Amino acid sequence: MNKTSIQLNINGREVASEVQGRTHLADYLREDQLLTGTNLGCEHGVCGACTIEMDGAPARSCITFAAACDGMKVRTIEGFALDEVMLALRDAFSAEHALQCGYCTPGMLITARDIVLRLPDADEALIRKELSGNLCRCTGYSGIVHAISSVLAVRRAARGGV
Amino acid sequence: MKSAAFDLYQPADVPGALQLLGNPDQSVKVLGGGQSLGPMLNLRLAQPEVLVNVARLPELLNAKVEGDSLIMGAGVTHARIEDGLVPDVTRGLMPFVASNIAYRAIRNRGTIGGSLAHADPAADWVNTMMLLGAVMEITSAKSAGNGTLVKREVPAHVFMQGPFTTVLADHEILTAIRIPVLSASARWGYYKFCRKTGEFAEAIGGVLTDPERGIHRLLIGATDGVPLVIHDAQALMKPGDSAAITRVLQDAGMAQDPYAFKMHHTALCRAIAMRHQQA
Repeated sequence: MNKTSIQLNINGREVASEVQGRTHLADYLREDQLLTGTNLGCEHGVCGACTIEMDGAPARSCITFAAACDGMKVRTIEGFALDEVMLALRDAFSAEHALQCGYCTPGMLITARDIVLRLPDADEALIRKELSGNLCRCTGYSGIVHAISSVLAVRRAARGGV
Repeated sequence: MKSAAFDLYQPADVPGALQLLGNPDQSVKVLGGGQSLGPMLNLRLAQPEVLVNVARLPELLNAKVEGDSLIMGAGVTHARIEDGLVPDVTRGLMPFVASNIAYRAIRNRGTIGGSLAHADPAADWVNTMMLLGAVMEITSAKSAGNGTLVKREVPAHVFMQGPFTTVLADHEILTAIRIPVLSASARWGYYKFCRKTGEFAEAIGGVLTDPERGIHRLLIGATDGVPLVIHDAQALMKPGDSAAITRVLQDAGMAQDPYAFKMHHTALCRAIAMRHQQA
């Protein structure tokens, strides 16, 4: 089988690779780039553990083939280390007990950040709907929802809302 | 849970993609956003030798109004429809439907054309396009002789032949969807039951009325096969007429399984109520 040459920007770094067609982006990130913060759960797009950002929007890296991503900007959980919103979310996840085993957490955080930035007025019902594509088997979700709500509340207050 | 080996090709345009199709010695699949085909590959339910990625072909990414239709490129993602980044000619129906497809991470990658070509009976676009009376624009690798591509147009209710089965031949690509512009007086309702938010629907009920264009449609969706559209459904648009909906489902042969019957009955009643609230 042929290999495909790809160039990606991963967490701000330009990377060139040769990949097999069948290699999905999550395996490529974990095994070729050693970015093991991206976790694999179901490997068919249901559980959300492998959620990363592609060209600025959340996507499932387990059902995206690396060979189909030439020229794209990829941001994994490692790439958010100094991100202001992610810092607030990490603190809130810790304060609200929004994780136990932590396996879903990288995907949860990337989805949570998308909610905070895309839906600044989200209430609890909308947060729960938007979180429905990320499964957590430890927390029962309450802590995660509270964490996201608290970050949204702080940001709403900062922009002069209620 | 890893795909079998395949070669992935990334053509630059539609003619380039068509050149890669129609080789009888190879099993080839066209890859859109990959949100259905990706899982099928990982689960090895599909094991093609070649994938042709069309999701980023520039010709498939546009959406523009032409006369009384919106020509929506097959590569437009659900998220672009949800966010209003393409024109809406359906009085809010398509953005509403888009915003409830699976999850945002899926909607960012999944395409309308990919979903229609996959033809899952429970998929939202399969049902919505049938409710709207959309037409599929198919482009063929068989050249007309002078280098121009051959196109044909197939209405949504003919395009889908059965579960996961369409009229698309091996040498063809679904390139665009022609969606009729609804009149100002058009009203719609759309309700789906999912076991869990974002899962495929157990039942979909849809109604669309556009009196200026003589349309009074009712759709029974997420069935075992092609969604069922009932035309001239004026008499069924009154909210609360549970007995009338029972008769519709009985006539459609969908009254045997009490669970499925109840789901479809309730979905239809809620869709009718939703349309009524818009009036």
